[in-house]
Amino acid sequence: MTAPLEVSGSETTAEPEAVLQGVDKIEGRSLGQIAWLRLKRDKVAMAGAVVIILLIATSLLAPLIVKLLGHPPNDFHYDQVNADTQLPIGSYGGVSRDHLFGVEPVNGRDLFSRVIYGSQISLLIAFLATLLSVIIGTVMGIIAGYFGGWVDAGISRLMDIFLAFPILLFAIALAGVVPDNAFGLTGDGLRIGVIIFIIGFFNWPYVGRVIRGQTLSLREREFVDAARSLGARRPYLLYKEMLPNLVAPILVYSTLLIPTNILFEAALSFLGVGVRPPRATWGGMLSDATHWYQVDPWFLLPPGLAIFVTVLAFNLFGDGLRDALDPRSR
Amino acid sequence: MTDTTPARPPLGDELLTVTGLQKYFPVRRGLLQRQVAAVQAVDGLDFSVRTGETLSLVGESGCGKTTTGRLLTRLIKPTGGKIVFEGRDITNLSDGRMRPLRRDVQMIFQDPYGSLNPRHTVGAIVGAPYRLQHIKTPNGTKAAVQELLELVGLNPEHYNRYPHEFSGGQRQRIGIARALALRPRLIVADEPVSALDVSIQAQVINLLEDLQDEFRLTYVIIAHDLSVVRHMSDRVAVMYLGKLVELADRKSLYEQPMHPYTVSLLSAVPVPDTERKTRRERIRLQGDVPSPMNPPSACRFHTRCWKAQSVCSVEEPPLVELAPGHQVACHFPENAPKAADA
Repeated sequence: MTAPLEVSGSETTAEPEAVLQGVDKIEGRSLGQIAWLRLKRDKVAMAGAVVIILLIATSLLAPLIVKLLGHPPNDFHYDQVNADTQLPIGSYGGVSRDHLFGVEPVNGRDLFSRVIYGSQISLLIAFLATLLSVIIGTVMGIIAGYFGGWVDAGISRLMDIFLAFPILLFAIALAGVVPDNAFGLTGDGLRIGVIIFIIGFFNWPYVGRVIRGQTLSLREREFVDAARSLGARRPYLLYKEMLPNLVAPILVYSTLLIPTNILFEAALSFLGVGVRPPRATWGGMLSDATHWYQVDPWFLLPPGLAIFVTVLAFNLFGDGLRDALDPRSR
Repeated sequence: MTDTTPARPPLGDELLTVTGLQKYFPVRRGLLQRQVAAVQAVDGLDFSVRTGETLSLVGESGCGKTTTGRLLTRLIKPTGGKIVFEGRDITNLSDGRMRPLRRDVQMIFQDPYGSLNPRHTVGAIVGAPYRLQHIKTPNGTKAAVQELLELVGLNPEHYNRYPHEFSGGQRQRIGIARALALRPRLIVADEPVSALDVSIQAQVINLLEDLQDEFRLTYVIIAHDLSVVRHMSDRVAVMYLGKLVELADRKSLYEQPMHPYTVSLLSAVPVPDTERKTRRERIRLQGDVPSPMNPPSACRFHTRCWKAQSVCSVEEPPLVELAPGHQVACHFPENAPKAADA
């Protein structure tokens, strides 16, 4: 209960508030700038970001780097392999100044080049699959959350169905029946496309659920009513009022979805239903390495570490991003 | 009951007239979303608002006053009844037909933290009305917005700042500037100060009053507390469970409340004067407000009223004018003039 108000005269009103007059020089900061400042202070997240940037740079510059080192990923180096045991010559799996990560057993392909080229496949598939999931998930989530009722019930059930789908088995089955050319794509391009589609198309409910929940709570906020009372149309409400408030969760879930998708792609390649050899993939290299782990355990290390470091970097960065964009600090 | 013409000399023409206004919210359950019940948030309101006056709607939480505000601004569609604004029936206007009328009816929201989009700058928020209504201002939107900011007592240089950089009172001023942008005729203010500190409340109320004088605004102010609106109301309407129980000029309502519910609300207002405190009696109502899903029969207040008799649960008391400009819906009103004993 509020005390009765003693309101006298009007001397208290219509004056620019005195408190603010002294602080004119402080620059206004948007929520994005505040989040960036907070993120910069998070050393772990920034380390993750640096690793991610290095990874992207190396995968983009892979042809250049490999050209400088002079060992294309599919070139055989029989001189690096012992003809009898078929193991790499030299210690640590044949590590030398020429072959930084050593060479493969049997045919002596350069592991450094293969890991770098493998990152192309991993990142390409993970990024595009995540993009697909996020686009479908955001659109479906906003529609379900904003319109509610029957639409929401329908989309929510659809998400349940997708989540119950045995996606790994489906991927294995589908990979077996992919023709050599379809949709104007052939060979590796087609397989990459199919894998992106499978991973992206079946993961959208994870994004969709989060966005639906956020939209539900945003819809009830008074600023949406305020815009409506000014005569805003539905597209304005969705794009100008709601979507800017959904950018933070979309960004966070994208960064956390990427490592999951990298692991999934690696799993598919490991099982032999991913991109086909001789194209280098991290999962495929791991799969080859398992045959040799007793005599040449060093073969496991480069692809395994690559996956580990990449996934860890994305997860650390995603966690830091979530903390920085914390919706509680408005 | 539909005739709400006031007896006292009118301030101006009737700007807004509401007759039999109803809003039921359906309660849906199960897979097929069948309607199993309805929340009778607003159930038959009759009142009118005159140009230039301030009408306050007062009641406890859950009595339907916020719903009424949202009905008046047509943020939601009424279930029944009629809303006439400037002689035009706006009850069932589509969103598209309502759009041009929104310039004349604006709203100030309760929560200064929720009513401003955290991702928009103050300039974008206060300028949104011009953009949404496609209004060109002589010196551009920015100049108009800065003028508005100055008008509500904010620094116009804060055009590019974000809402989180302002205090609650300043945010509410931003909300007021936005509501003023289109120079509306009617402003519905939903608990405009209840989220603010007491010291800031007075400033915001003074600002609203100054603006009313300057732009000849008409206010419908929604409040849960009779003391807050006492200073600025011309007339006060008291709501209980979706119905009006009393509607009177400020003076007669505060000095001679007739409905037992109003009497109890007034007795709950803290009084700083200790001498008066000892003399007056604090009326404590029994129990909580009944559920609007299943409101009590006839007079909805009879379950908590100390004057209730058997007739109160059988026959609904109509809202009748017992004194000039003083309407009340009660079988046994307090302070009633002897001649008009119901």
